[in-house]
Amino acid sequence: MKLKDITRIINGSVVCEGNCSDVEFISACGSDLMSDVMAFLKNETLLLTGLINPQVIRTAEMMDIKAVVFVRGKKPDSKMVELALEKDIILVTTDYPMFVACGKLYSAGMREEGC
Amino acid sequence: MSNGILTLVYDIPAMDMISAGEASSNVKKKLKQLGVNPLIVKKVSISMYEAEMNAVIHANGGSATVNIGTDEIVIIIEDRGPGIENIDLAMKEGYSTASDEVRQMGFGAGMGLPNIKKNSDSLNIESEIGKGTRLEIAIKFTS
Ligand SMILES: Nc1ncnc2c1ncn2[C@@H]1O[C@H](COP(=O)(O)OP(=O)(O)OP(=O)(O)O)[C@@H](O)[C@H]1O
Ligand SMILES: [Mg+2]
Repeated sequence: MKLKDITRIINGSVVCEGNCSDVEFISACGSDLMSDVMAFLKNETLLLTGLINPQVIRTAEMMDIKAVVFVRGKKPDSKMVELALEKDIILVTTDYPMFVACGKLYSAGMREEGC
Repeated sequence: MSNGILTLVYDIPAMDMISAGEASSNVKKKLKQLGVNPLIVKKVSISMYEAEMNAVIHANGGSATVNIGTDEIVIIIEDRGPGIENIDLAMKEGYSTASDEVRQMGFGAGMGLPNIKKNSDSLNIESEIGKGTRLEIAIKFTS
């Protein structure tokens, strides 16, 4: 699944794209708990979260997560966008709540690995 | 410690949730530049970030020293925080004394120390109440 497929499926808007818009996303994880993301993620490239703080971007960087989707209309702040641009991490926002955003991606073929 | 190729030293600022993780991020970048196996880079990133976050969250910051040797990477995270009363208990999955504020930031599930153990070849914790804590984490290139 490509970034453009993801944004279409969850009606998302891209906040910043880095230079990895061509990445193929195979599996995703939905979590507001960064402790769990650190402990249980295997090879997910996409994280869906309702959490807004710079450590979300740090966690994504450490775990090689290529894109973060903020659910329920949450918007990353300027510090997070700045960090994401620096680390080439894609940020997307969607108005769908976590359950719906995950469900739509799952229905479209996105799978989980680990968490 | 094995003969070092490179030593990196960082300050870990206290309760600064914006710059927390800066040291781990820098080490990750360096290891990638050095062409270290991505699986090893991941283990170092996870272990160091967990330890760095602990120093920020539980101990008012500290310092990190990373020794990149020929056969292993050794990460030392030291702080002058409150110390850990019962290390065996702290190593248990789910044990956490994190504040509500920390939990609201998505941390404090009591997964960090067990995660470091899982991702490293050796983990040595020395801690004294009222003095501070020192973690020495080794990750071998062959692991
Ligand atoms: N550097 C430290 N100084 C003082 N206490 C610490 C330190 N590191 C860990 N601890 C204690 O050990 C407990 C367990 O640490 P651990 O990293 O496993 O979980 P956590 O930090 O509470 O949550 P998580 O890592 O999942 O975000 C902490 O809650 C804290 O009580
Ligand atoms: Mg921790």
